[in-house]
Amino acid sequence: MPRWAMVIDLDKCVACQACSIACRQENNTPAVSPERAAEGRAIRWNDVIRADLNNPEAEGAYPNVKPRYVPRPCMHCSNPACVKVCPVQATYRDEDGLVRVNYNRCIGCRFCTVACPYGVRYFNWEAPSWDPEMAQHLNPDFVSEGGSLEGPAVRPKGVVEKCTFCIHRLRKAQARASLENRPFRADEYVPACVETCTARARFFGDLSDPESTVSKLASSGRAFRLQEEAGTHPNVIYLREG
Amino acid sequence: MLKVDPQDKARLIDPLFKAGPSFWLTAAALGGVLAWGVKMYLRQMDLGLVTTGMGRPAYWGIYIVNFIFLIGVSMAGTVVTAVLQLTGVNWRRPITRIAEATTVAGLLVAGVQIMVDMGRPDRLLSLLVYGRLQSPLLWDVASLTLYLLVSMFALYISLIPDLGIVRDNLPQHVPGWRRLLYTSLALGWRGNREQWLRLQRLVRIVSILAIPTGVSLHTVTAWILSTTLQPGWHSTILAPYFVVGAIFSGIALLFILVTIVRQISGVRFYIDERHYRKLGWLFITMSLVWLYFTYTEHLTMLAGQDAVEWPVLASKLWGADAPLFWAMLALMLLAILVLTLPVLLPARLERARFFRPRVTAASATSAGVAFTLVGLPQVLPVAAGLGITNLRPGLLLAALALTVTAAISALAWLKAHVEAHIVIASVAVVAGMWLERWNIIIPTLTHPRMIAWASYTPTATEWSLTAASFALFMLLMLIFFKLFPAVSLWEVEEGRVVDTAQSRLEIPLPPQSSTSIGSYPAMPRR
Repeated sequence: MPRWAMVIDLDKCVACQACSIACRQENNTPAVSPERAAEGRAIRWNDVIRADLNNPEAEGAYPNVKPRYVPRPCMHCSNPACVKVCPVQATYRDEDGLVRVNYNRCIGCRFCTVACPYGVRYFNWEAPSWDPEMAQHLNPDFVSEGGSLEGPAVRPKGVVEKCTFCIHRLRKAQARASLENRPFRADEYVPACVETCTARARFFGDLSDPESTVSKLASSGRAFRLQEEAGTHPNVIYLREG
Repeated sequence: MLKVDPQDKARLIDPLFKAGPSFWLTAAALGGVLAWGVKMYLRQMDLGLVTTGMGRPAYWGIYIVNFIFLIGVSMAGTVVTAVLQLTGVNWRRPITRIAEATTVAGLLVAGVQIMVDMGRPDRLLSLLVYGRLQSPLLWDVASLTLYLLVSMFALYISLIPDLGIVRDNLPQHVPGWRRLLYTSLALGWRGNREQWLRLQRLVRIVSILAIPTGVSLHTVTAWILSTTLQPGWHSTILAPYFVVGAIFSGIALLFILVTIVRQISGVRFYIDERHYRKLGWLFITMSLVWLYFTYTEHLTMLAGQDAVEWPVLASKLWGADAPLFWAMLALMLLAILVLTLPVLLPARLERARFFRPRVTAASATSAGVAFTLVGLPQVLPVAAGLGITNLRPGLLLAALALTVTAAISALAWLKAHVEAHIVIASVAVVAGMWLERWNIIIPTLTHPRMIAWASYTPTATEWSLTAASFALFMLLMLIFFKLFPAVSLWEVEEGRVVDTAQSRLEIPLPPQSSTSIGSYPAMPRR
C-alpha cells in the first residue's frame, strides 16, 4: 500500500501560482469575480497564501520586508479532523491514505469545513459557472466507484469539495498498468500541481518506500508540517525557507 | 360524562370556541411573515446558499445561532416541568401546559433551522441511511429526535384528561371536526381509577426520562462545537455552559409567554404574582450561575492568551465583535440587577419620597437630554461663550449620575410590580442569550487558523427566514392554545383536591412537653 505524500520546498517556491492555475484547469474549479471572492465564495483547491496571513507586521517594515508564501493543497492527514465529524461518511480516508469527498453523498452541513484546521475544504455556495468558451474545455475526467462521484466531475451546488491529489490521474495510471499486465509503480503518477511547478519545488511519491524522493526529503532537517500541534498528522511536508 | 368546575369551563374551555378579530389578525400577520419566509427559502433553494451572508470562513451563520438558541429555550419547558413535577411542587400546576408546549414548538422550529442551513436538504434522509454515529452531528440528530418525542409524549399524556373534559363539556354549536378531534384524541378517557393510576405512573416515567434527554440535547449541541479544534470552541466548559444558558433563557421565554397568555385569555385567574415570585428565585439563581460560567470561560482565555484563541477574545473585547459582546453583557447585567436589586431594597426605604415613578421619569428624561447634549457634534455656543472647557465631561458625568438615580428610584416600583420587573428582565435575557449564541459561533468562525480573518453580516434572506422561524413558533403556540386549554384543567383540579386533603390529614408533630423551653415563644396551635 503506498502512502501518498507531497513535499514542498519553500526555498525554491517563487509563489508564481502556476500550481493554482494548473489545479483549476485539471479539476474544473470555476473562477469567480473579485467581488464574489471577497465574500469568501472562491474555490481554490490549491491556494498560495501568505505565511503571516493575519499578521502583516510579521513581514517586516519597509525597507526590511520579507513576505513569505505557502502553497497550500489539502494535507491528506493521517488523522483527519474532517473525516471524524462527517455525519454521513461523504468524506473518508481510503486505503491509500487519500482523504476523499463523495459529491453524491455530501449533505452540505459544512461541519467538515468548520472542523478542518487548514481551511482547505470549500463549499459550493452556488452552481459553478464558466465563460462559454471555458465551459467547452472542461476536464471530462471523473472518478466513480460504486455510485460515488469524485475527482474533477463538475460539482452541484450545496456540496463540499477539496484537493484530491488528482485521484483521477492515479486511477488512470493504475488502469494503464493493469492493461499492460504489470504491477503499478508509485512513481507512475503525480498530481497536476507537481507536474507544472515552474521552480520544481514540489515532489510527490510514496512515503512508505524509504528510497523514494519524498521519504528522503521528509527526513531533511528543514522538514516541517503545518499546525503539527493540531494532531492531524498531515502528509504534506514543507521544507523550511533558509 | 366528566364534570368540570363552571368557573374553569367559562375561563378555559369556552374561549377555545370563540375567535375574535384580534385572533384572526394575529394569525394573518404571523402567516404573512411565514409566507414571505417560505418565498425567500424557495429562492435560496433555487440559487444556493450564495443568497446568505455566509462564506469562507464564516461557514455557519444566523441559522445555526437560531438553532442553538431555540434548542436552548425549548430545553427549559419540559425539564423544569419534570423537576417540579417529581419534587411535588404544587404551584407548578397552572404553568406546566405552557412550558411543555414551548418545548415542542421550539424543537420543531429548531429542526427547521437545520433544514434551512443544509446545502442539500434533499439528502436529509441520508442522515438515517448513512448516518455515522461517530459524528457529533448524529448525536445531535438522535438527541433532538428523542427529546422531541419525549416532550410531545409528555405534552400529550398530560392533555388526555383535559381532552376528555373538553369532549364532555363542548358548547352548543361546535363544528363537527372539533368534536371529532377531542373525541378521538381523548382515547376514550373516562376518568376511572384504573386510568388515573396508569396516567400518574406514565407522567412519572416521562418526567424521569425528560430530564436526562433534555440535558443531553444541549450537551451534544455544545459538543458539535467543542469537539472541533477551533479557537474558542475547544473548551471543556462549553457543554455545562450551554445547559445553564439553556435553562436560563428557557425560563425567560416561559415568563414572556405566560405573560402573553395571561393578557389575552382567562388564564390571569390561575397564574398570579406568586408564580412569578416562586419561579423568579430559580431565574435569579440561573442568572448568577450563567454569569459565573461566562466569567470562567473568558478568564481562562484572557489569562492564557493562546496564539489562536487570543484573537477571538480580543475581537470580542475591543475588535469587530465588541459591540455585540458588550451588548450581551449589558443586557444580562441589566437583567440581573432588575431581578436582584428590588429584592434587596429594605422595606423601610420604600416609603421615602425618592422612590416615586415621577422621580424616575424626571431623572430619566434629564439623563436623555444630557446624553443628547454630550453627543452633539459641536461645542455648545453657550459653553463656548462662557469659556467652560470641561462642560462635556461634566455633562457626561451628570448624565451617568442621572441614569443611576433613575434606576435606583425605580426600585420601589419594580419591587411592587413583580410581573413587570420579571418581564423586563426576561426580555433582556432572551435578547442577551440570542446574542450569547451569536458571540460563541461567529467570532470563532471569522478568526480561523489558516484563513484570512473575515466578517459576517446576515443578508435579507437570512433575516427573513429568522423572522419567519419566530413567526412559525408563535403561530404554532397560537394554534395550540386555540385548540387546547392553556392551563391544565385536571392538574388544577387535582391541586385543589390535594390542598383540601392536606388541610384535613396533616400529620401532627409530637406534642410539646409541659415544661417550657427557654426563651422560645409559645407557638400558636393551629
